[in-house]
Amino acid sequence: MSNHEYGAVDHIVPVKLLAGTCLVLLVLTAVTVWVAQLDFNILNIPSMNLGVALAVASVKVFIVAMIFMHLRWDRSFIGFTFVVACLLVFLFIGFALTDTSENEPDIIPGNSEPVQRQLDELFANPAPSHGEH
Amino acid sequence: VAQLEAIHDHGHAHDHPDHLGHHWKDSKQQFEAGKLGMWLFLSTEILLFGGLFVAYAVWRANHPEIFAYGSQFLDTNLGGLNTAVLLTSSMTMAMAVTFAARGKMTAVVICLVLTLAGAAGFMAIKYIEYNHKIHEGLLPGMAFYQQPSASHLWLPLDELGHQQEAEAALIAEQESAAFAATTKLESEMPAPPANAEIWTKPLAATGPEGFTDSKLKIETSELRIFLPESVIDKVEDAGPMLNFAEHHTPGEVPHLAHPLQDPLRPVNAQKFFTIYFMMTGLHGIHVIAGGIMIGWLIWHTLRGRFSAGYYTPIDLGGLYWHIVDVIWIFLFPLFYLI
Repeated sequence: MSNHEYGAVDHIVPVKLLAGTCLVLLVLTAVTVWVAQLDFNILNIPSMNLGVALAVASVKVFIVAMIFMHLRWDRSFIGFTFVVACLLVFLFIGFALTDTSENEPDIIPGNSEPVQRQLDELFANPAPSHGEH
Repeated sequence: VAQLEAIHDHGHAHDHPDHLGHHWKDSKQQFEAGKLGMWLFLSTEILLFGGLFVAYAVWRANHPEIFAYGSQFLDTNLGGLNTAVLLTSSMTMAMAVTFAARGKMTAVVICLVLTLAGAAGFMAIKYIEYNHKIHEGLLPGMAFYQQPSASHLWLPLDELGHQQEAEAALIAEQESAAFAATTKLESEMPAPPANAEIWTKPLAATGPEGFTDSKLKIETSELRIFLPESVIDKVEDAGPMLNFAEHHTPGEVPHLAHPLQDPLRPVNAQKFFTIYFMMTGLHGIHVIAGGIMIGWLIWHTLRGRFSAGYYTPIDLGGLYWHIVDVIWIFLFPLFYLI
């Protein structure tokens, strides 16, 4: 009964490693902002920007989970719950997009009736300009 | 340690630390179980946001033009700044856990206060962004189709409300890359398009007389407007354009018209702002909850409730704060960087 542990109950991550990790994450943020401004159309790869942005985001999340969230040193079962949750979301998105690609994007093209009515009303009798400059 | 080993009177005589529940073998087992519970909760958080990510994916797959258009109205600098703020606060949170495990409770409090400052900073920047959206009428659903009460984007209309002219002026602007930046040197300015009919030269190059034309009279020192022939035909009254030129100083960020006046606005442009407010709003609620939690941690750390032997709430609270960061890491490129 007296076998209590009063020492550390978890791996201790060095402060320097945390600071370095944060630096890497900030650099990756700058990279993703920079990549977003590139024009990949010349390479003729559709959604290249989106793909790169999501890839960089995934790398950042991986780093946060492994270092900041201790997954690198935790029991693998804990990481397993996280990975399963992510996989379920991917599965959800994947099936939803499969369905989306098989249907017309619009049931009724154009503005919906209330929107059109609102627009007509707005520009039939426009209020005098009161924009602030 | 003496405090932890103090015998407390609740009906039995053996000693154990205050924090340790009777049903646990030791602190480590209790900690591991709590951690697993927290991760299961975080998994449900991922699934909660997962539903919104699905909505985002389906909407964007169906109408990429809405997202490309709406994203222009978000400030990438503020979004990037918020990313940096959140990442840094994640670091200080992780450092708080490290210091807690080493028993350096003063450092823990400092790190937690910095983390709380990060949460407050994030919400302050978010407030600036939301405030701007609300003033411009960039709102979800039908609210998007009301004329904003105070907008910097709303093109000036004359007394008769000449919407057509405003739209034509906007097309002129968009088609012709009309605005030279801050440069005053002609050589640094872009060449006029081949079909330009009117080209006002900068003051430094042409002198103070400006430029006069039978159709359009635009006098300005640094502003150049290239008008393709197709546009000249549309502009019967240059009033709105002159009005626009008067109210916008050269070197200003090229004007982005209010979506409601913008002839290039895609159908259902409001959907971008709907999903933007839903996702960043739910995330913002999590940031506020995280901030309250960090405040709670600071309070109990100051009361001396935590030690190197027991800092489970700091560790698990940290995990929650990191998941808030994780969600934002995806939200940032999906909304700001399109």
